[in-house]
Amino acid sequence: MIPAAFDYVRASSADEAIALIQAHGEDAKFLAGGMSLIPLMKLRLATPTVLVDLGRVADLSYVTDAGDHLAIGALTRHRFLETNELLTKECGVLRAVAAQVGDNQVRHRGTIGGSVAHGDPASDLPAALLALDATFVVRGPGGERTVPAADFFQGFLETALAPDEMLVEVRVPKVGGAGFSYQKFQRRAQDWAIVGAIAARVNGGVHVALVNMGSTPVRASAVEAALAQGASPADAAEHAADATEPAADLNASVEYREHLARVLTRRALEAASS
Amino acid sequence: MTVNGQPQAHDVEPRVLLVQYLREESGLTGTKIGCDTSSCGACTVLLDGESVKSCTIFAAQADGAAITTIEGLANGDEMHPVQQAFHENHGLQCGFCTAGMVMAAVSLLEEVPNPTESDVRLGLEGNLCRCTGYHNIVKSVLAAAEMVRK
Ligand SMILES: Cc1cc2nc3c(=O)[nH]c(=O)nc-3n(C[C@H](O)[C@H](O)[C@H](O)COP(=O)(O)OP(=O)(O)OC[C@H]3O[C@@H](n4cnc5c(N)ncnc54)[C@H](O)[C@@H]3O)c2cc1C
Ligand code: FES
Ligand code: FES
Repeated sequence: MIPAAFDYVRASSADEAIALIQAHGEDAKFLAGGMSLIPLMKLRLATPTVLVDLGRVADLSYVTDAGDHLAIGALTRHRFLETNELLTKECGVLRAVAAQVGDNQVRHRGTIGGSVAHGDPASDLPAALLALDATFVVRGPGGERTVPAADFFQGFLETALAPDEMLVEVRVPKVGGAGFSYQKFQRRAQDWAIVGAIAARVNGGVHVALVNMGSTPVRASAVEAALAQGASPADAAEHAADATEPAADLNASVEYREHLARVLTRRALEAASS
Repeated sequence: MTVNGQPQAHDVEPRVLLVQYLREESGLTGTKIGCDTSSCGACTVLLDGESVKSCTIFAAQADGAAITTIEGLANGDEMHPVQQAFHENHGLQCGFCTAGMVMAAVSLLEEVPNPTESDVRLGLEGNLCRCTGYHNIVKSVLAAAEMVRK
């Protein structure tokens, strides 16, 4: 399959990338790892006229200790997260979730920024970042702003990013290397989750986020509230599908997804507290 | 870019995928296109030593990189340990997935030199085989790890 023709330009810094996107207008797109964008272009579901390749923006690949939080560059690859010691120690849940994305070949190329900017509710990292109350640093022609994860994912493949804005950094709290679980239910090892449940201890409470249970990643607020009031993991997990609006597709009906959400949430809560 | 150590320069359209570039410009047809939808891993090559699906990367992105394909693994007449191990352990039947499997295995052994069986199965999750049932592939990769250690 051959994508539609486009012009290719390469940026060597975030500011240059933003200037290039601005100069080329609405139909220009950033290209990071290409693991979501290139398959869509091959199917001609995406037909950008210009691609601004971020692959050489070398200074946006890092995990650093920023005092009260960890700062992660938007172009940091999944594989880098999977093998990073600081992340393993200070935010083990994110490391574990990154290790579950796709397969080795995908993790060698795909970036955290691309996963977040793509905004797919079936993706693993966006849900993990929602559970962590992460903050996204977004840079545009007018400067930088920060957006909390809770406000970032707005609809199916829709985020708070304007077309000329670039995600430059992801900030996550230091929650330690234990007390979490990701239960990913999939048909084949390399696939996206049919449903996924992430439980993690964050700032003294237990946060739960769900993959593929609506048009965006969602927090299981009813589960969190029940836990806060002292419910057992099994009782709290009964609320996992409350207020969710999962889609039906070839893999699962709405009812099956709701059932999976409850079962996976219970398993995640039990594993996170053991 | 360099392909199997040889510097190469071709002017190609931005939309040319690395796998097309390798097969059509470089004339290296060992790399296969199985699914063309990023699923099967038949097109796996090494980009600066790491496995990637060459059907899901534009040739232009690999500008300046070192690419290794199945043709670049052997040292003259001497097969690479992973190739040797696939040969000795019947790690292939029709052979269509094999080039990608071998490249993915080379990258895996670079990252995990002493893999368990489960490491191998997980490490090759991006590569599909329609013939072998994977058993002999896993056996081959474990045997290759053993050979490299010696
Ligand atoms: C076979 C296969 C299996 C996969 N399995 C999974 C899976 O199990 N779970 C999962 O979560 N994901 C999976 N993925 C997707 C993978 O995680 C991608 O890496 C990720 O979704 C996109 O990251 P990328 O760097 O490749 O982004 P790209 O594909 O390059 O970009 C994606 C989108 O984000 C935009 N973008 C990229 N970077 C930025 C930025 N810094 N600022 C603003 N916009 C930006 C692009 O313009 C584009 O619209 C899979 C992919 C494949 C091919
Ligand atoms: S041809 Fe590239 S993954 Fe199947
Ligand atoms: S040997 Fe035939 S597909 Fe693997």
